[in-house]
Amino acid sequence: MTDLFAARAQMAFSLGFHIIFAVVGVAMPLLMVIAEHLYRRSGDPEYLELAKRWSKGAAIMFAVGAVSGTVLSFELGLLWPTFMAYAGPIIGMPFSLEGFAFFFEAIFLGIYLYGWERVGPRAHLAAGVLVLLSGSASALFVVCANGWMNTPAGYSMVGGELVSVDLWAAMWNPAALVEGLHMLTASFAAVGFAVAGIHAAMLLRGARRSFHSRALAIALSVGGVFAFLSPLTGDLAAQQVAELQPLKLAAMEGLWEDEAGAPLLIGGLPDEEAEVTRYGIELPYALSLLATHDPHAEIRGIKSFPAEERPPIAVTHIAFQIMVACGTAMMLLAGFAGIQALRRRPIAAQPRLLRALVLASPLGVIAIEAGWTVTEVGRQPWIIYGVMRTAEAVTPMPGLIVPFTGFMVLYGVLGIAVVVLLRRQVFAAEPGPLVPPEAAGEAAGKAAGATAGEAAAVRGTDRGTDRGTDQGTARGAADGVLRQPSSEVDHGA
Amino acid sequence: MAPELLLAGVIATALVLYTLTAGADFGGGVWALFARGPRAEDERRVIGRAIAPIWEANHVWLILVIVLLFVGFPRAFAAITTALHIPLTLMLMGVVLRGSAFTFNAYDPKRGDGARRWSRVFAVSSLLTPVALGVTLGAVSGGFVPDPATGLVGTDFLRQWLGPYPFAVGLFTLALFVFLAAVYLVDEAEDPELKALFRRRALVSGGLCGVTALLAYVAAEGGAPQIREGLQGSSWALPLHLATGLAAVVALGALWTARDRLAKLAAMAQGALIVAGWCFAQYPYIAVPGYTIVGEAAPPDVLWPVLIALALGAVLLVPTLAYLFVVFKVRPAPAGEDDGH
Ligand code: HDD
Ligand code: HEM
Ligand code: HEM
Repeated sequence: MTDLFAARAQMAFSLGFHIIFAVVGVAMPLLMVIAEHLYRRSGDPEYLELAKRWSKGAAIMFAVGAVSGTVLSFELGLLWPTFMAYAGPIIGMPFSLEGFAFFFEAIFLGIYLYGWERVGPRAHLAAGVLVLLSGSASALFVVCANGWMNTPAGYSMVGGELVSVDLWAAMWNPAALVEGLHMLTASFAAVGFAVAGIHAAMLLRGARRSFHSRALAIALSVGGVFAFLSPLTGDLAAQQVAELQPLKLAAMEGLWEDEAGAPLLIGGLPDEEAEVTRYGIELPYALSLLATHDPHAEIRGIKSFPAEERPPIAVTHIAFQIMVACGTAMMLLAGFAGIQALRRRPIAAQPRLLRALVLASPLGVIAIEAGWTVTEVGRQPWIIYGVMRTAEAVTPMPGLIVPFTGFMVLYGVLGIAVVVLLRRQVFAAEPGPLVPPEAAGEAAGKAAGATAGEAAAVRGTDRGTDRGTDQGTARGAADGVLRQPSSEVDHGA
Repeated sequence: MAPELLLAGVIATALVLYTLTAGADFGGGVWALFARGPRAEDERRVIGRAIAPIWEANHVWLILVIVLLFVGFPRAFAAITTALHIPLTLMLMGVVLRGSAFTFNAYDPKRGDGARRWSRVFAVSSLLTPVALGVTLGAVSGGFVPDPATGLVGTDFLRQWLGPYPFAVGLFTLALFVFLAAVYLVDEAEDPELKALFRRRALVSGGLCGVTALLAYVAAEGGAPQIREGLQGSSWALPLHLATGLAAVVALGALWTARDRLAKLAAMAQGALIVAGWCFAQYPYIAVPGYTIVGEAAPPDVLWPVLIALALGAVLLVPTLAYLFVVFKVRPAPAGEDDGH
C-alpha cells in the first residue's frame, strides 16, 4: 500500500464513517420534533415516549458524529497539507460558518436532551427546531466546501500566491447549492427509511403495536416524501455535473464514445483495458435527455479525455448504479406505502409491506455512501478539479498505513458498540420477553455490519405477525402489553 | 488594527475558552479514574452530570481553533499538521475514544460490565488526551523552519515534539485541566462529603499545577528559548506573572476557607492568564521561528469577511451559550432528576 493510497483510504474511511452519524444528526431532530409536537397537540403519552426514546438513540449518534467530525477537521491537514495551504483560506467562509452551526447544534442539543424538566415546553420544542436548523445548515456549509473542490470558483492566483479572493463566490460555487440540496434531501430520506425499518421489524415481532405504528407513520412519512425529492435534486446534480465535469458524467455512465442522443445504461461492467462497458441495458436517448433535457444533445465519452486525467471508471459507474437503484427502490416503496395510506389501509397490519420496509431500511445509507463515492472518486485524479492533483496534495509523512489501520480498528470497534447499544435501547423499553438484552448484544456483535432492524427482522418475521392484524384505536392495551414506559422516560409528562 | 492580529486574538481567545470549559471536562474524566471506595459511584455520577449536557458545545472551541488556523494562516497550519502528525493523531484517537466512551456509558440501559468498561476507557483517555494536546502546544514553540527546497516544513516527524519541553507542557496541561475540574466540582457537588473530597483534590492538583509549571519553565531553557525569553524579559511579563500568581493564591485561599464560588472564579482567571501568557510569549510567531502571524496571514479579502462573520456569529452565540450555562449550571436542578438522561 503506497502512502498516497493509505491517505486516500483513511480519508474515505473516515468520511464514510462520519457521514452515517452526520445524516442522523441532520434528520433525526425532525422526527423527534414531529413526535414532540404531536404529543403537545394531542396529549397522547406515547408520542412523548417516542420523542424521548428517539432522542436517546440520537444522543449516541450525535456524540460519535461530533468526535468523528473532529477527526476529519484535523485530517484535512494531517493528510492533505498542501491542499489546505492552498485552499484553506478560500473555503474559509463555509468552514467558519459551519463552526457556528456546530455551536448552535451542540448547545440546543444539550438543552433538548437534558432539559426536559429544566426548560418550559415551548422552549424545549424550540430547542429541537433549532437543532434541526443548525444541523441542516452545517451539512449545507460543509458540502459548499466540497462543491468548491468540484467546481472551484471565486479566487485568482498568480505564481502560486493568492492575490484575490471572493469568499462569497467561492462558497456559492456552481456545485454548492445543488450538491447541498441533494445531500439534505438524501439525509431525510435515508434516516426516515432506516428508522421506519426498525419499527417495522418491531411490529413484525409483535412488540407494542400502538407505539411502533405511531413511530412508523412519522418515520415513513418523512422518508417517503424525501424519497421522492432525492431523485429530483439528484437530477439537478447530474445536470450540473454534465455541464462542469463532463468526464465525471461519462465515468458515471460508463460511456466511452462521444455520442449524440446518448443512451442511458442500466447495470453494465466497464472494462478499463478494453475501453468498453459490457452487459448493460441501454435506454435510447435517455442519458442525453436526463443530463441536458434535450434527447439529441451530444455527450462526451471517456475516450475524448486523456488517460492520465481519468478517474477509476468502474468504481464510479458501479457506485452510481447502486445509488440510483437504491433511490428507485425507495421511491417505489414509498409510493406503494403512500397509496396504502391514502386508501386507509394501515401499514402496521400488512406484514409483507413491513417486511419490505425492513429490507429497505439500509438502502438510503447505502445510497449515500455510493453517492459520495461517485462524487469523490469521480473527481480523481484531482483534489481540486482541474487545479491540483491528489498526489500533489498528500503529506510527506511516511508509514501512513499505521494511522490508517489504527483508525480502521477504532472505528470498527465504535461501530459495533453503537449497534449493540442501539439494539439494547430498542429492546430495553419493550415490556415482555421479546429478546433478553444479553442475546440481543450477542447477536448484534455477530452481525457487526448489519443494521439493527435488519438483524432483528431476520429472526423475528414469523412470530408476531399474526398479532398485528387487528387494527386500531384500542392501542397497546389491546395487545395485552404493559404500556408503562421505563421510569426515566416519564418525567416530562 | 491589522486583521491578522485580530484573527490571532480570536484564536487565542478560543483556546482560552477551550481550556476553561472542555479542559475541565477532561479533568473531570481524570477524577473519575481516581474514584475509589464506597462513594465511587456517587462521585462518578456528579462528574457525569457536570459534563453531560455541555461537553459537545465545549468541544466546538477546538474545532474553531483549527478552522480559523487554516483559514487565516494556511501554511502554518500545514506545517503544524505535517510535523506533528504523530502526537496529533494520538490526540485525535483520545478525543474519539473519550467522547464515545462517555456517551456509551451514559446511554447503556443495561448498567453492567459493558458500561463499566466504557467508563474506564473514558477515564483513561481523559488522562492521555490532554498530555498529547499539551505536547502539540509545546512543540510549536520551536523548530519550525520551512525547507527551502520543498517549501514545506523541514521535519523528520519527531524532532519538533520528541523532547523534554513539549512533554513538560503536556504534563502542565494535564495538571491545569485536573485542577480546574476539581475546583468546579467542589462548587457543583451538593453532598458535603463529596465537596470535601473534591476540595482536597483541588488543593493537591493546584500544587501539582505549580510544580509542572516550574518544570515547563525549566525545560523551556533548552526547548523553547523564545518562550522563556518572552516570559522573562517582556514588558508584560512581570504584571502577568503577578496577576497569575495572585489568582492562584486567591484560588487556593478560597478553597481552604470554603468560598467555593470565589475559588472557581479565581481558578478560571488563573487558567485564562496561563493560556494568555503562553500566547503572548509565542507572539509574533504561530510556529517558532519560521512562521509568523504577519508572514503567514491569508489576504485581507479573506480575513475581513471572516472576522465580520465571526463578529456577527458571536452576537448570536454569546447569549445562547449563556443560556446553556444558566440552564444547567446556575438554575438549581429540578427535584428527582435522574443522572442526566
Ligand atoms: C438517499 C440517498 C440518495 C439517493 C436516493 C440518490 N442520491 Fe445522488 N447522491 C447522494 C445520495 C442519494 C449523496 C450521498 O448525498 C451525494 C454525494 C454528494 C452529494 O452532494 O450527494 C449524491 C451525489 C449524486 C451525484 C454527484 C454529484 C457530484 O458529483 O457533484 C449525482 C449526479 C446524483 N447524486 C444523482 C442522483 C440521481 C439521478 C438519483 C436518482 C435516483 C440519486 N442521485 C439518488
Ligand atoms: C457531506 C458531508 C458532511 C455532512 C453532511 C456533515 C454534517 C455534519 C453534521 C450534521 C454534524 C453534526 C451532527 C452530529 O454531531 O452528529 C457534523 C459534525 C461534525 N462534522 Fe461533519 N459533515 C460532513 C463532512 C464533514 C467534513 C468533511 C468535516 C471536516 C472537515 C466535518 C467536520 C465535522 C465536525 C468537526 C463535527 C463535530 C461538530 C460538533 O462537535 O458538534 N464534517 N457533521
Ligand atoms: C461525508 C461524506 C463524504 C464521503 C463519504 C466522501 C468520500 C470520499 C472518498 C471515497 C474519497 C477518496 C477518493 C479517492 O481517493 O479515490 C474522498 C477524498 C477526499 N474528500 Fe471526500 N467525501 C465526503 C465529503 C467530503 C467533504 C464535505 C469534503 C470537504 C470539505 C471532502 C474532502 C475530501 C478530501 C480533501 C479528500 C482527499 C483527496 C482526494 O482523494 O481527492 N469530502 N472522500
